[in-house]
Amino acid sequence: MTVETPVAEIPEVSILPSKRRRSRPLFDPPIVRRAIGDSFRKLNPALMAKNPVMFVVEIGAALTTFLTLRDVFTGAHGLGFGFQITLWLWFTVLFANFAEAMAEGRGKAQADTLRRTKTETMAKKARAGGEYEVVPAAQLRRDDVVVCEPGDIVPGDGEVIEGIASVDESAITGESAPVIRESGGDRSAVTGGTKVLSDLIRVRITSNPGETFLDRMIALVEGAERQKTPNEIALNIVIAGLTLVFLLAVVTLMPFASYSVAASGSGSVPSVAVLVSLLVCLIPTTIGGLLSAIGIAGMDRVMQHNVLAMSGKAVEAAGDVNTLLLDKTGTITLGNRQATEFVPVDGVSEAHLADAAQLSSLADETPEGRSIVVLAKERYGLRGREVAHDAHFIEFTAQTRMSGVDMEGRRVRKGAVESIVQFVRSNGGTVPEELTGTADRIARAGGTPLAVADGGHALGVIHLKDVVKGGMRERFAQLREIGIRTVMITGDNPLTAAAIAAEAGVDDFLAQATPKDKMDLIKREQAGGRLVAMTGDGTNDAPALAQADVGVAMNTGTMAAKEAGNMVDLDSNPTKLIEIVAIGKQLLMTRGALTTFSIANDVAKYFAILPAMFTVTYPAIARLNVMGLRNPQSAILAAVIFNALIIIALVPLALRGIKYRPLPAGALLRRNLLVYGLGGVIAPFPGIWLIDRLLGILGWA
Amino acid sequence: MYSNGFFLVTVFFLAVLAATKPMGAYMAQVFEGRRTFLHPLIRPLERLVYRLCGVEEEREQIWTQYAGAMLMFSIVPLLLTYLIERLQGWLPFNPQGFGSKLMPPDLAFNTAASFTTNTNWQAYVPETTVSYFTNMVGLATHNFFSAAVGIAIAVALVRGFARHSAQRIGNFWVDVTRATLYVLLPLSVVFALVLVSQGVIQNFSPYTVVKTVEGGTQTIAQGPVASQEAIKMLGTNGGGFFNANSAHPFENPTPLTNFLQTFSIFLIPAGLTYTFGRMVKDTRQGWALFGAMSVLFLAGVGVTMWAEQSGNPVLADLGVRQDATATQPGGNMEGKEVRFGIPASALFAVVTTDASCGAVNSMHDSFTPLGGLVPLVNIQLGEVVFGGVGAGLYGMLMFAILAVFIAGLMVGRTPEYLGKKIEQKEVKMVMLAALVLAGAILIPAAASSVAQFAKNSYLNPPGVAAANTNNGGPHGLSEMLYAYTSAAGNNGSAFAGINANTPWYNLTIGMSMLIGRFLMIIPLLAVAGSLAAKKMIPVSAGTLPTHNGLFVALLVGVVVIVGALTYFPALALGPIVEHLLMYQRVLWS
Repeated sequence: MTVETPVAEIPEVSILPSKRRRSRPLFDPPIVRRAIGDSFRKLNPALMAKNPVMFVVEIGAALTTFLTLRDVFTGAHGLGFGFQITLWLWFTVLFANFAEAMAEGRGKAQADTLRRTKTETMAKKARAGGEYEVVPAAQLRRDDVVVCEPGDIVPGDGEVIEGIASVDESAITGESAPVIRESGGDRSAVTGGTKVLSDLIRVRITSNPGETFLDRMIALVEGAERQKTPNEIALNIVIAGLTLVFLLAVVTLMPFASYSVAASGSGSVPSVAVLVSLLVCLIPTTIGGLLSAIGIAGMDRVMQHNVLAMSGKAVEAAGDVNTLLLDKTGTITLGNRQATEFVPVDGVSEAHLADAAQLSSLADETPEGRSIVVLAKERYGLRGREVAHDAHFIEFTAQTRMSGVDMEGRRVRKGAVESIVQFVRSNGGTVPEELTGTADRIARAGGTPLAVADGGHALGVIHLKDVVKGGMRERFAQLREIGIRTVMITGDNPLTAAAIAAEAGVDDFLAQATPKDKMDLIKREQAGGRLVAMTGDGTNDAPALAQADVGVAMNTGTMAAKEAGNMVDLDSNPTKLIEIVAIGKQLLMTRGALTTFSIANDVAKYFAILPAMFTVTYPAIARLNVMGLRNPQSAILAAVIFNALIIIALVPLALRGIKYRPLPAGALLRRNLLVYGLGGVIAPFPGIWLIDRLLGILGWA
Repeated sequence: MYSNGFFLVTVFFLAVLAATKPMGAYMAQVFEGRRTFLHPLIRPLERLVYRLCGVEEEREQIWTQYAGAMLMFSIVPLLLTYLIERLQGWLPFNPQGFGSKLMPPDLAFNTAASFTTNTNWQAYVPETTVSYFTNMVGLATHNFFSAAVGIAIAVALVRGFARHSAQRIGNFWVDVTRATLYVLLPLSVVFALVLVSQGVIQNFSPYTVVKTVEGGTQTIAQGPVASQEAIKMLGTNGGGFFNANSAHPFENPTPLTNFLQTFSIFLIPAGLTYTFGRMVKDTRQGWALFGAMSVLFLAGVGVTMWAEQSGNPVLADLGVRQDATATQPGGNMEGKEVRFGIPASALFAVVTTDASCGAVNSMHDSFTPLGGLVPLVNIQLGEVVFGGVGAGLYGMLMFAILAVFIAGLMVGRTPEYLGKKIEQKEVKMVMLAALVLAGAILIPAAASSVAQFAKNSYLNPPGVAAANTNNGGPHGLSEMLYAYTSAAGNNGSAFAGINANTPWYNLTIGMSMLIGRFLMIIPLLAVAGSLAAKKMIPVSAGTLPTHNGLFVALLVGVVVIVGALTYFPALALGPIVEHLLMYQRVLWS
């Protein structure tokens, strides 16, 4: 038989959100078309009232519409100005609606794709005696048993109770390589909508129609179940509060203005349209208009990473995480131990040991066994070889704790050191002290020693080692920079665990971890005020997944694990937890940046509108017109237009999120305050000035 | 002259800086119930108070009980003071025989509200209206108690930050007793003696009538001035014994007393920033607040001093020299004591409005438009620059919560301050407090600017309410705006230039004072309760640092932008346009 070299796949890692498999262009034409329609539908005051800031703008727009219409009939002059203000106020509302509709549209497009897989599946419902009847999938109830043959679509979420099959889950995960599903163990869950490629399985259905994973997924990406997250609600309170404060400032300005007009004896009290313009410019419309879009887009970004977040709250919590619990195997290390070294005893050559080790491993299909074969080949050019027909392979069992081969009179074994020692003795040999010494040394360094013997001769030790994934050390260092502690969870003994922890650069480790230990660790961290994130797939992980603030279940895991966590990773890649944290942070940063920007913008708007309002009453106030705007009407209009356009200009930023860098909080704050705080104060000055000039060129004001 | 001002401000600031730590550390000891050097003297007295009042010292309160106690401790004395004022004609210590007619219901309400809320707005002329009894029992007691309440509230809020997973925020009665006995009383005694040594009077004599050089007669008011003066400054009360307040030579006789009075306004508020740092176990946090306050203070002093020293261009046109020479101060000396000059007057004006003191040693009404703008804005920002005793700290903490909430998100975590998550409940209460302050200033000021009264109106003389001001145009608007700003901010300083002793003004200003005090305090106590119950999140590299220069800049930015944005329209039509007009030589009668 020929043994091929397995290629270890080391994924490219970075803390930054990696390439997005499900990404679509930001302004996908069909989505834009639908969003434009939705922008108008969302004008419905009943829907609008949910967003207090934009609701105020809508009321203002309605008010100026009414007054402009009245002026049309009474034939008052200055109609063109009122008309333009009205138009731009409506645009402000529409632009905000458009932002939200765009974010929702991207989710809906995804839902449509999912829904297509859902249509009209037929199920083969099992009956007593091995027969089955064909019924529509919609009629299946929990605990029904169905039979799936190659080519069948799995009719609902369930658990394999009999058989093993390869399943194509690309409809759900986007991943085209088939996966194995089998009864018993942690790979028994199948998802409705996936396709069986080989073999026959019997599946017990675990959810009623309408409650399946697919149904929930559709509801989630559509935003149908979207609830505002705690931070979003708090932010809404702040901007609604600011809106009230500005309402107060503008409403009281009317009496102050009429006092001033009476005192100076010239000019007039600003019209309602002008006051509404001032109000709309002052209230935080930028963040008010984009806030829900930011939240929806954040969920969408998680989705693009093939992670299904059950709530926005979980994504928000991800940004706050203080402690990451990472399973050693598969997350920090490459799934399995690999042979890295042959250490022969005195009088045995390394090549001899390697040869024996390879022989003993030829039929060993475990990753460890294969890695021994590979190492022997790489180091000593020992190719896979034809094995004599009388060769008898001994498989590893928990009792013997060794495996090997009997051929050509030789009895080659490899296995746990104690077992091999006994094997050698029982074959009349003696074991050199050296062997156990070497084994101890390897164990202390975090490796696993496997002894090799040929009959009564102990040959040496194979050094099996956990190989830490490339780049993990740097990643953990980055996490430390941003204040996140990493804890490695492993079933290894403390000695081994400590060595691997040191090599990977995690902050702490939990060795010989039982599910209860894990749970206790989470509770201990939480009692100290820390937020904990973890991944898990087994049923015994479920309580910990439920307890953790962010629990990411692997899609390959059991249904119990998926139910318990608040996210499901469709790729089943535990390392992705780190990316989820980055997305959560990015979401919060985007909110903060746009809020700061929105409030900072107000300074310039005051300098545009206030002098314009009172320039007749007090000509001296023209000194405050620092931008040199051409005339009062143009100044006010320019401020309103800028205010509306900035919303649409920031839609891409809201949908994509601001650039995230893994920096300590102080450095991030300095950077973002400079860009969005100071930038927010400065940017509107040239912006409004430019619009003012354009209005002049176009002759609109 | 500028060098004089620079020197004064530097010495003043260094003195405040030097006093902050010892004062703050002492107060932290007091409010954490630890032993202080005054214990042998005061502890027996403290126990006696608890025994007499039936206070169980160890029994702490949840925030609603704390707020309830605070309200009871304010409303009952409010009513008592009202009664004392109305009945003063029948009460003792009234050598001048001031009757109850001098204190009609609206004025009595206004005055009672004023002293209960630590405002000390005086719509009455003290030396011709109130008896010694009213002054000492009805009013001066409030100087202690309203200040003690302010300190207690601040300490309760600090406990909200310092504690975790707790329900209770301290015992109101204990906090008030300790603030009075360990902090206000000893300081007042010492300060009063210092004032007496400088010539401030302290007697119960009837007023002295003297023949002047020109042959006329003059009545010189007397009274127990020094004792009231000390707490007037230390408790950031500001209600003077005389109408002229700290410009009166009996209240403020020498440059030294003037310096000490200015200093004593900031003494406790500055100390409290350190107390805060101590109690939350990170003194850097306290110094950050101190830093933000200092920036705002120095900026305010700079502008006012510059504006006052620059003088009035209209006078310059008339050939009046506006620059300082060896023999004359230059600048705008109208309404200022020659003894104090521009720097000491400008400093006093800024300090008294940074804090919610409201004592004055010059006429703010006579300041240049920009010079007068600074005190007005100081109060509108919420008097968070050191601020009123206690009130300044809790006001600044309110802004810190807001700053952390708005900008804190930009570090990629939900906002937290001092290990406490800032969530719905906190921001709701903070926004409520901000809204209340803005409303209590802007709504009645706007109403007064257009209110009209009929012929036999009880509320006001007929015509427009704005006619009560001495000036027309923008300055008249400033005068009204200042009155309500001073009331809602519980400052009590008068821009003056307005006859505020009419039922309309007395009642609306009185309401502003009550709203500005209690509707601020109650939400903040709710914040304290909510914070105390939270878990403490350990600091990490991902935590927004709130103890460095960047945070100071952020905090200053939020205070200025949020404050300025709210009041800019009103200010633009008042002092700002007045300033611009003055340089265009447009004058108003």
